[in-house]
Amino acid sequence: MIEVEIISGRTLDQGATVEEKLTDEYFKAVNYCELSEEDFNALNLSEGDRVRVKTDFGEVVVYAVKNKDLKKGMAFIPMGPYANMVIDPNTDGTGMPQFKGIKGVVEKTEDKVLTVKELIEVI
Amino acid sequence: MAEEVNIICTFCGSVCDDVQFDLEKFKGKKFCKLGSSKFSKKERIKAPMIDGKEVSYEEAIEKAAEILVNAKRPLLYGWASTVNEAIRLGVLLTEKVRGVYDQCASVCHAPGTLALIEEGVPGGSLGEIKNRADMVVFWGSNPMEAHPRHPVRYSVRAKGLLIKDRKDRKVVVVDVRKTKSANMADLFIQIKPGYDYPVLSALRAIIKGEEDAVPEEVGGVKKEQLKELAEMMKSAKYGAVLYGLGVTQSRGRDRNVENAIKLIQLLNRYTRWIIWPMRGHYNVVGAGEVPAWEAGYTYAIDFSRGYPRFSPGEFSANEILQRGDCDAALIIASDPAAHFPKVSVKHLKKIPVIQIDPFPNMTTLLSDVVIPSAVAGLEAEGTAYRMDGIPFRVKKIVDTEYWSDEKILELMLEKVNELQR
Amino acid sequence: MLHIKNGIVIDPKNGIDAEKMDIFVKNGKIVEESEVKGDVKVIDASNKLVVAGGFDMHAHIAGSKINVGREMRPEEMRTVRLVAGKFRASIGRVLLTSPAIGYEYAKMGYTSAFEAAQPPVGALHTHEELDAIPMIDKAALPVFGNWHFVLKYVAEKNWEKLRTFIAWAIERTKGFGVKVVNPGGVEAWMYGGNCKSLDDEVPGFGVTPREIITALIQETENLNLSHSVHLHCNNLGTPGNYETTIESMKLASKFSNDRRQVLHVTHVQFNAYSGSSWRDVGSGAAEIAKYVNSVDNITIDMGQPIFGHATAMTGDAPFQFTLHKLTGARWSNKDSEIEGGAGIVPIGYLPKNPIHALQWAIGLELGLLVDSDKVVLSTDYPNGGPFTEYPYIMAMLMSRKMREKELERVSPYVQKATGLAAIDREKTLFEVIQMTRSLPARVMGLDSKGHLGFGADADIAIYNFDPLTVDVTNDFETVYKVFKTSAYTIKGGEIIAMNGELVKEVWGRTFWVDATSKVEMEAIESDLDEMFSKYYSLERQNYGVEESWIKKPERLVMG
Repeated sequence: MIEVEIISGRTLDQGATVEEKLTDEYFKAVNYCELSEEDFNALNLSEGDRVRVKTDFGEVVVYAVKNKDLKKGMAFIPMGPYANMVIDPNTDGTGMPQFKGIKGVVEKTEDKVLTVKELIEVI
Repeated sequence: MAEEVNIICTFCGSVCDDVQFDLEKFKGKKFCKLGSSKFSKKERIKAPMIDGKEVSYEEAIEKAAEILVNAKRPLLYGWASTVNEAIRLGVLLTEKVRGVYDQCASVCHAPGTLALIEEGVPGGSLGEIKNRADMVVFWGSNPMEAHPRHPVRYSVRAKGLLIKDRKDRKVVVVDVRKTKSANMADLFIQIKPGYDYPVLSALRAIIKGEEDAVPEEVGGVKKEQLKELAEMMKSAKYGAVLYGLGVTQSRGRDRNVENAIKLIQLLNRYTRWIIWPMRGHYNVVGAGEVPAWEAGYTYAIDFSRGYPRFSPGEFSANEILQRGDCDAALIIASDPAAHFPKVSVKHLKKIPVIQIDPFPNMTTLLSDVVIPSAVAGLEAEGTAYRMDGIPFRVKKIVDTEYWSDEKILELMLEKVNELQR
Repeated sequence: MLHIKNGIVIDPKNGIDAEKMDIFVKNGKIVEESEVKGDVKVIDASNKLVVAGGFDMHAHIAGSKINVGREMRPEEMRTVRLVAGKFRASIGRVLLTSPAIGYEYAKMGYTSAFEAAQPPVGALHTHEELDAIPMIDKAALPVFGNWHFVLKYVAEKNWEKLRTFIAWAIERTKGFGVKVVNPGGVEAWMYGGNCKSLDDEVPGFGVTPREIITALIQETENLNLSHSVHLHCNNLGTPGNYETTIESMKLASKFSNDRRQVLHVTHVQFNAYSGSSWRDVGSGAAEIAKYVNSVDNITIDMGQPIFGHATAMTGDAPFQFTLHKLTGARWSNKDSEIEGGAGIVPIGYLPKNPIHALQWAIGLELGLLVDSDKVVLSTDYPNGGPFTEYPYIMAMLMSRKMREKELERVSPYVQKATGLAAIDREKTLFEVIQMTRSLPARVMGLDSKGHLGFGADADIAIYNFDPLTVDVTNDFETVYKVFKTSAYTIKGGEIIAMNGELVKEVWGRTFWVDATSKVEMEAIESDLDEMFSKYYSLERQNYGVEESWIKKPERLVMG
């Protein structure tokens, strides 16, 4: 298990599939978590492995992806339903939940990644 | 007969209006990946539905009107991906049913509106950036993924009056991670997540000549690098800070933007600088402008007293949903089930939901009444505001059986009037 | 059909000064008695004043400026005027929502208001907001004085192209005339500068404000547009600027037009300061009045400040930045393609503040000293404050007694820095009706507005006020109160408000001027293509507003 700071955000693939949310393409565009090379190796992960991301606000299982441009301790999940399982919903009076910069932990898991439809069921 | 027509892209806030579209091949020239996906054939909501059963438009709209009229306080949310004509009807409808109007900016750039309230916003149009900006700073924004043609058309490689070459312009990216946009920058400055505010403060101090107050490192950035950036900014002739959700969605939110605006105010005492948000949806600007002229505010507007009140801590969609403060919702041109935090979606699942959208999405899965609509810019026309507020009339280039948002809302308003009579 | 019976009519255009007469209305027009037969609604106007509907020819009521003002100042939106019901919810203190703008004008007996500065590239936004204002007729003036086409053609002295461009631009924006704001100065602002004198050179173009103003008057007159050049002078808001204003006015001296002025100088109060700094600033109103009264081709409007809240919003971007630095208040700025810019800063006018009191006094001096067929009543809403206080200005102009009372509560600085206290002149009711009705209509070149003659639009205001018995100099409180809310406001022949209550929501027309038949567009075709492809961030084909996008357009073809 490693400690990370989670950022969610737009990606080109997420944007290109955002009007096709019930397709496999969208599922693939948003169901992963990027980790730094160091963290990725520390968790003994290889491509296609799953991780459980946990914060004070929830947890979610996503695919692990190595991103050599990320600094150690940072995790990136594309904006969307998976990221939104773990981001901080508090708006601090602004109306804006904190979608970026949430402390959490990441661990390797054998659990499966829920589909978009399953995800909405468990909420 | 192959026919090519000019279209105005209705995906992101760049609203590129130089696309030639081949109607027969259903394909456009000059599109980015986002634009070509927007203007491609994909799965649609087939027909209006009530509880999953196909019905006529009239029946679905009547049912929607009933839900809205019977609710104590409905939330009418979305609006960023439709045209002003529909938004205006939406504001009128919200006023009629004494509900709450909120729009996607609430989870995007609304903290910038809060900063505007504190400081104003010294800005400019995209054409001015293209013509004059010899320095552009992307702060917490990632145009290569969110606004792919922005750099070419307006901000990085764009040529204009005073900028004749890419070399005439310095491009800086400030972000917490090395994004795709960082690769096109002359200078990339990586800051620690949540440290935008102190980094901006340090720049202000240095520019004001108070660099003694700045420690050796701020938010993961060396003082030397901050001094270099400050000097670049001060010696630019016309600079632009283009900020994104990295600033508005992280720790500090509105205060980050406020601090950036103060930096721009200061810089204008030495040279010319502007600041502008990289707005996301093609008409998220309209979703704020229309209610501003109709009801005085841009988002988080409650009409329960019969007149508009604005309070983001009370009336923004996420606050309302998290407190369980609405008993029905109309969701249009947006997908909160996918884009809101889990606890907000939880309440949405408990209440009657009406959806108006061309495409099935996660909100469709929890909606009681689903009303498919025409795609604005392709199947319906109307007015949309580019991220810099420049208005465009987006076009209808193909015929459709689907009703436009405007037509749907017009009838819904009529039905609500009948029911209230 | 309406029969307005036994009213006391003041109709300056037709020379009627407080005569008891009947007015007849049919199909939205004022007609002769013989045309009105059958089902006629009779309005008893006995002992009431009957005048044409008020015409606000210079107000910022629609478009990106006022909307940013609303967005930046939610504190301005917290005044509730009307809860939603038969009519829309209506809110706002000085800045109002679009429905509130229409409602408040209607309640006051005003039936037309023109947006005074339309950023050309934002024309569609301006029209959307105009379309959201109920009750009144409207139009918008696109801004020309810093547009690169204009600067280029002036530099090239290519008058044919300039003329053609004006016609093209007004058609594309569905605008009404040629507004000029700080010519050259806003382009200089893009480099951090300004053009404070008429001979300052505009960077990049080698032209001066003097040349820009002269050329725009010349070609507006060659097109013989409905309205003249409408000028917001250089050097606004600076001590000593009255000289720049008079110098600008003199540029019109070689032009004339039988129908109307050839130059309208707007919100002159902000451009009528003497002195060399804010320490010795004074009034230049007397000098300006002397000049305006001595010529017959210039009109002005007051730009009267009203004590209380206001929001400065102009196309004069460098001035707005100066104001921000001066007051430390919030500041919005918008540099706009190759067309100019704008700025917005909250302000307020305090009676005890010497500068604010000075501005207040200068506005009134202009209103009093300038002949009533040359000065229009305005606050330059919302720059000088609310338009809803026009009755205050009317009452002040008519009553020296009221002015004396008001002078007691303002900074004594005005006693030494202005001549207001010494002005005996009291405008008559006839004159203030002229300054709010017939004159603005004439300045805008609209024959069907501002009067009650046959064929005029049936835009009529009736006030609970008998001019034959009320003493306007002594009963100023009554005058003020009575003009705040009409007994009847009639728009296009329909009663829309009564005794301060709305009666019916109607939608007025948007006037626009088409002078395209007077030019050959071919002259600028290639320039348009070139400038759009090089310097605009949008395609030429997507620029501008089509008539069919406007709710109720009315095209005025320039013959």
